[in-house]
Amino acid sequence: MATLNALMESLERVLGDKLANIKCALDEVTIEIKPADFIAAATLLRDHAELRFESCVDVCGVDYSAYKDSVWEGSRFAAVYHLNSYANNQRLRVRMFALDDDFPVVPTSVDIWPGNNWFEREAFDLYGIVFEGHPDLRRILTDYGFVGHPFRKDFPTSGYVEMRYDPEQGRVIYQPVTIDPREITPRIIREENYGGV
Amino acid sequence: MASEIRNYTLNFGPQHPAAHGVLRLVLELDGEVVERADPHIGLLHRATEKLAESKTYIQSLPYMDRLDYVSMMSNEHAYCMAIEKLLQLDVPVRAQYIRVMFDEITRILNHLMWIGAHGLDCGAMTIFLYAFREREDLMDVYEAVSGARMHAAYYRPGGVYRDLPDTMPQYQASKVRNAAAIRKLNENRQGSMLDFIEDFTNRFPTYVDEYETLLTDNRIWKQRTVGIGVLSPERAMALGLTGPMLRGSGVAWDLRKKQPYEVYDKLDFDIPVGINGDCYDRYLVRIEEMRQSNRIIKQCVKWLRENPGPVITDNNKVAPPSRESMKSNMEDLIHHFKLFTEGMHVPEGEAYAAVEHPKGEFGIYMVSDGANKPYRLKIRAPGFAHLAALDEMARGHMLSDVVAIIGTQDIVFGEIDR
Repeated sequence: MATLNALMESLERVLGDKLANIKCALDEVTIEIKPADFIAAATLLRDHAELRFESCVDVCGVDYSAYKDSVWEGSRFAAVYHLNSYANNQRLRVRMFALDDDFPVVPTSVDIWPGNNWFEREAFDLYGIVFEGHPDLRRILTDYGFVGHPFRKDFPTSGYVEMRYDPEQGRVIYQPVTIDPREITPRIIREENYGGV
Repeated sequence: MASEIRNYTLNFGPQHPAAHGVLRLVLELDGEVVERADPHIGLLHRATEKLAESKTYIQSLPYMDRLDYVSMMSNEHAYCMAIEKLLQLDVPVRAQYIRVMFDEITRILNHLMWIGAHGLDCGAMTIFLYAFREREDLMDVYEAVSGARMHAAYYRPGGVYRDLPDTMPQYQASKVRNAAAIRKLNENRQGSMLDFIEDFTNRFPTYVDEYETLLTDNRIWKQRTVGIGVLSPERAMALGLTGPMLRGSGVAWDLRKKQPYEVYDKLDFDIPVGINGDCYDRYLVRIEEMRQSNRIIKQCVKWLRENPGPVITDNNKVAPPSRESMKSNMEDLIHHFKLFTEGMHVPEGEAYAAVEHPKGEFGIYMVSDGANKPYRLKIRAPGFAHLAALDEMARGHMLSDVVAIIGTQDIVFGEIDR
């Protein structure tokens, strides 16, 4: 705990007003940064002597629109970075909300952590988050010619098109899906103090 | 008349024996020298993360085996640790030792698969047969404990599914083997599973020596691996490489030592590191890791023999009650019913849990909004970052070295495509 408090103090001191939010839960520190401040803040996170997060372990897109099965206040899409410091043996989570829900744009971090190239391509592919300045923002996991961003909450799990071999035409064709999505176990969020506990 | 000289674009895979699955690699070649390597992935994309959003926490667990399908239990481990972190759940010590033992068995399984395939890629045939001989014994251990040779689904949030069995399954007489041959095969299967594992740990160092005899000083092996795919420590860190790929470059970083989970801080083992950061050093690192894993397994076997106890939490909101009490106790029946229909509820929050997977740092980032299903599950696969570095590692090398680099990265498409 002591090291986490020290980390939070140095983050507050180093990042100053670039820090939109900071919190510590489950022994993990999470900070929020606005897209406009990201490049400056990320450079400080990597290079400042007290922080030295040399490595970005993971970049993850999140779509908050269905959170708690209610209306989500605030921006819908976020990119979440997990940083690791080899020098100080510390971890940090950085969240950056894209301001525009219809066309989510955030700055790229490839110049700061070159390993993020593919992680950002993945977040673009699955969530449609555009990383401005990315050298090669192509789709990565979905099929060639895929339409849509499949991990968004309004994209059905079964998708829109399916692929099969058509013996008459002698080639593989795409057609609208013939299966209906089904939910075997309903999603439930229990109310506060459910069952008196 | 001078003809026009131009670069050659080669399509490598997705059906190629050295592509380790379904890698499609578009190589831009200048003669035989690689100018640019552009891996096309996603041919095995099954949207595990999206599927997990519509399944309860336990229903998603078997999907984890199918990520990196050569190190099954390590994937389950990270998944269970993320749930346990959100629930603030304590795992019984015996379950922690069982998990550590199986993590290390999994590491040996993975490295054996790797050494066989990597050897084969570089022209060494025999090593493949040797490695699969030992894999068979470890697969039998998997089968004895979980019922499945590969996709075990053995770890559970809060512990493991059941305690270690008292007997090992034995070979049966068949048309091709007579009774005497069967008796010899079953010699080390007479006791409990721990006896069998102990016997294996006593035999295994000799086997590793055999692999080393085949490869370590082999001239062809060295020609194919020394000085190939060199990475400096700074570059390896910046590219987000983990595991043997990072340690081969000389960075002494291992989550089992640096951010210990379960009981790794009570066990005695060493972390090998390389010097030059080439394919040969990474080979040496993995060979030594197998020996260290063997050491850890030995210590776990000793502890597990002496300390019986529960192997899963007694919190019935997370783990089912025993069969007997379920049939005699109303409350336990309700717990059982609720757990297998509605599933467990995980408190609102987010957690990142990482384990030192045989390939590197395997992490699960889980966002829960308090429902019986995860709101977002992100799998941080080590191979994804490694393959992203392929372009940089392969540039300037010959076409045949690309195969050696794919081999040294220990690529498995289950985890990369998810």
